[in-house]
Amino acid sequence: MSRHRDIRNMDYLDDYDGYDDVYGHSVEDDYYISPSNRQFIYNREHSTRSSEGDIKEEDESEAQLTDLEKTKVESCIDQIKETLGSISISRNDLINMIMKESFNVEKIINTILETPRVQPEPVKEKVNIQSTTAQSELPTIKVVSTPKTATNVTKGFDLPQKEARPPVLTPRSQSPSSDRETPTNLPNVDASEDLKTPKIRENKLDVQQVYQKERGDGKEHLYMVVIGHVDAGKSTLMGRLLCDLGQVNQRIMHKYEQESRKLGKQSFMYAWVLDETGEERNRGITMDVGRFQFETDTKIVTILDAPGHKDFIPNMISGAGQADVALLVVDATRGEFETGFDAGGQTREHGLLVRSLGVSQVAVAVNKLDTVAWSQERFNEIVAKLKAFLKQVGFKDTDVTFVPCSGLTGQNLVSKPTETELISWYDGSCLLDVIDKFRSPERPVNKPFRLSIDDIFKGTGTAFCVSGRIETGCLTVGDKILVCPNRESAIVKSLAIDEAPQAVVFAGDQATATLSGIEMQNVSVGNVLCDPTSPVQVASQFQARIVVFNVTVPITKGFPVVLHHQSLVEPVVVSKLISQLNKSTGEVLKKHPRFLGNNTSAIVEIKVSRPIALELYSECKELGRVMLRVGGVTIAAGLITKIIL
Amino acid sequence: MKLVYQDIDKDNEGGVALIPEEPEDMWHAYNLISEGDSVRSTTIRKVQTESSTGSSSSNRVRTTLTISVENIDFDTQACMLRLKGRNIEENQYVKMGAYHTLDLELNRKFSLRKQEWDSVCLERIDMACDPTKTADVAAVIMQEGLAHLCLITSSMTLVRAKIDVNIPRKRKGFVQQHEKGLAKFYDNVMQAILRHVNFDVVKCVLIASPGFVRDQFYEYMFQTAVKTDNKVLLDNKSKFMLIHSSSGFKHSLKEILQDPAVMSKISDTKAASEVKTMETFYTTLQCEPAKAFYGKKHIEMANEAQAIETLMISDKLFRCQDVKLRKEYVRLVDSVRESGGDVKIFSSLHISGEQLEQLTGIAAILRFPMPELEEEDSDGD
Repeated sequence: MSRHRDIRNMDYLDDYDGYDDVYGHSVEDDYYISPSNRQFIYNREHSTRSSEGDIKEEDESEAQLTDLEKTKVESCIDQIKETLGSISISRNDLINMIMKESFNVEKIINTILETPRVQPEPVKEKVNIQSTTAQSELPTIKVVSTPKTATNVTKGFDLPQKEARPPVLTPRSQSPSSDRETPTNLPNVDASEDLKTPKIRENKLDVQQVYQKERGDGKEHLYMVVIGHVDAGKSTLMGRLLCDLGQVNQRIMHKYEQESRKLGKQSFMYAWVLDETGEERNRGITMDVGRFQFETDTKIVTILDAPGHKDFIPNMISGAGQADVALLVVDATRGEFETGFDAGGQTREHGLLVRSLGVSQVAVAVNKLDTVAWSQERFNEIVAKLKAFLKQVGFKDTDVTFVPCSGLTGQNLVSKPTETELISWYDGSCLLDVIDKFRSPERPVNKPFRLSIDDIFKGTGTAFCVSGRIETGCLTVGDKILVCPNRESAIVKSLAIDEAPQAVVFAGDQATATLSGIEMQNVSVGNVLCDPTSPVQVASQFQARIVVFNVTVPITKGFPVVLHHQSLVEPVVVSKLISQLNKSTGEVLKKHPRFLGNNTSAIVEIKVSRPIALELYSECKELGRVMLRVGGVTIAAGLITKIIL
Repeated sequence: MKLVYQDIDKDNEGGVALIPEEPEDMWHAYNLISEGDSVRSTTIRKVQTESSTGSSSSNRVRTTLTISVENIDFDTQACMLRLKGRNIEENQYVKMGAYHTLDLELNRKFSLRKQEWDSVCLERIDMACDPTKTADVAAVIMQEGLAHLCLITSSMTLVRAKIDVNIPRKRKGFVQQHEKGLAKFYDNVMQAILRHVNFDVVKCVLIASPGFVRDQFYEYMFQTAVKTDNKVLLDNKSKFMLIHSSSGFKHSLKEILQDPAVMSKISDTKAASEVKTMETFYTTLQCEPAKAFYGKKHIEMANEAQAIETLMISDKLFRCQDVKLRKEYVRLVDSVRESGGDVKIFSSLHISGEQLEQLTGIAAILRFPMPELEEEDSDGD
């Protein structure tokens, strides 16, 4: 009977409405609609949503608004939802309020918070208000609504926001269910993304306050990288520490003991806490950075157990790049310390690397002292050598602490030593206390958001996760971000630190973000997530001021090296030697040197085969550091001074 | 390459006829032919004929054409050489001055005439026609998540496959994802080897990586080969060699070619000797900076003093469009030879040649230190 239907006069939009209801709003919908029809999208969403609310009159009232007002209203609602999370007020009440306060979001939020359940106002009054607001809005009608609301927000943010935020944020971050709700709000978030981001970013004061509220009262987070020559006992020391702190299940430890004995490597049982892959256990060396978290009296410490083997230094660099402080483990056994420390050993290279990566505090664990019968002379000998070296590398004396200990027997790790030979000459603090005494560095939460991707993996469900350390700024669930250097945008669906869901994460955190709106193939390790309003720089050629370490062959023009920048590893070419500098004063010694030999400092130009995301050192220390390596040896560390292309 | 005939008079004018036999010969031809030369070769041309009634038909005919070369194009991946130019010998199909692009084909003769044959060209012919076969080597340079499969012939290094896979890191409870990613990566590399390495030609397959990736991969490959009963791999098991490299990037090839175990196996390969010379240059630069120089200006000055012991020069410099510039380089090479120096022409397709190209394309190790050159430099700037 289809011909009896009035097809000609049928409202196609209604049909599509139904379609939307069933299948949800897909991205493609937007693409098929020309810009001139764009209002319809909003329109349609309104009607579908309000039809759920099933009140007819209000639909009518909405129809009386002009298109411009509608969009304004819509963006206001989004902002409110964003600030308050899910709201219990009906949409129509909200619209009324918005009209009443003439789009002043912050006032509206206040009203909502003051009177949790606002009674719907009489319809008559509402109509009045509309007419008045319409008049008042008329002169400004040419102004595009988006920026206007945005500025509105920033202007009047200061005081009311302080009151408004805290009660909202805390329940949100505590309850996991509210976290799950966020994705359902996503279509809204999408539409008003541009409005929301500047709001959060521009108001730096606010970020700092949120940070204080979220983290101020709790223990400080500290990331500690464990470094040292291969077989110095890094993993074992950390494994033992974690066991003694009760972080590892007794049963699991028993299992490790049994299994390691089976392999004839019982001494590795503690290392197995951090070395998890079969390959690492069989070979008895750490290959990738292992992570574990524990708490001290004043801090939450995340251990990054770096591999000591020469071949895995790239992994160690990506680990150390995320650390605030370092624990250098040296083997006190006669001969072992010397091989680790002398040329070719990793003790030196690691020391240089962590310093160049911006770590300024280091604790030295003189491990395996039991093998030399807790000899004080041996300890002092090692301390003397290392002190000189660490000073030369650039650590201040006050930032270096030495602790005698033994990882396998567990002496002087979490409690004062019991070994009489050690007590006789050592009365300092144990390793745990030393770790506790580290100062945690200032977190640059006010800067624009940056995260260097360290790992990409499939999460549960369809989405995928990226993890890495947040270098600067903060990130909230629902934020739109830009993945550089590809400049692709994505949306943060959820955030987590150590598998505990979070609503906001801050600079310094090791966070995992679930992204949507981007293909997994388009993201690779070393990419930088950043704030779309102030994106990270993308370049394939830049100038850097480098310090050349001990090199066997000099650096010339055209020298191929491997560049390490955060977790990015990329082959590059030193394309130009611009000038050689005096190492201490920085004055130009020679322009266009032919080559750079040992222990020189210079400004060079570096060319990357494909663009990478980076920052000037002066603007962002974390993303302005580079390491140059050749043939498995670190030859230079540099700071980015100028971006060329 | 086969030299069919050579007719060069005492003014160095004349022609040669050559038959390229393998893809590498195309590379030699590319270095031999320069703009302005005339090349005669058999080719296929689409010819339009118009009948008396005015209807036109087009058909492809095989004909022999002689063109004056205007443009040279070399595709490294396919080893194809295309020469574009105007016809200079009219025949029944093609008018005088008509443009044609010759695709040089393997096993088909082409003849090349030059206004002037210089020593570098002649040497190139000798080198190309050298019948002693050098070993072809395949190298897989890998690190976790990244692998390059290269074929190394005597004058070319071709990257046949680049495998870049994201492998999730190990993390608490997700070790499985890491291992899965790794297995997928190994499988990709293995497929690339099967696809690109012709075991009839290749004498040796080098697998290089930092850490244990190569061992793991080797194990994986032969386990899979046994499982799938892959005869090709199992029969050639002895050709595989495991070597250490510091990373999976292409320039790590340099380290591999310096490895003593590899050196002994492929000692003849030009690639290896070039890498060695380059290394000597850098060591000299480190120890005795006044004995190693690069850049045209310095080299020419050193040459005037007859100081050059080993001259390294990239073949790219001889391919330049500017005839005058090319002549200068040829003169430099000749004069170094005259004064008893050693000249090594680096292939710009090799890894060390690439590096030399970045280093102005010309470098030399001197017999005696010339510190005055360095001073000159600082004055000049």
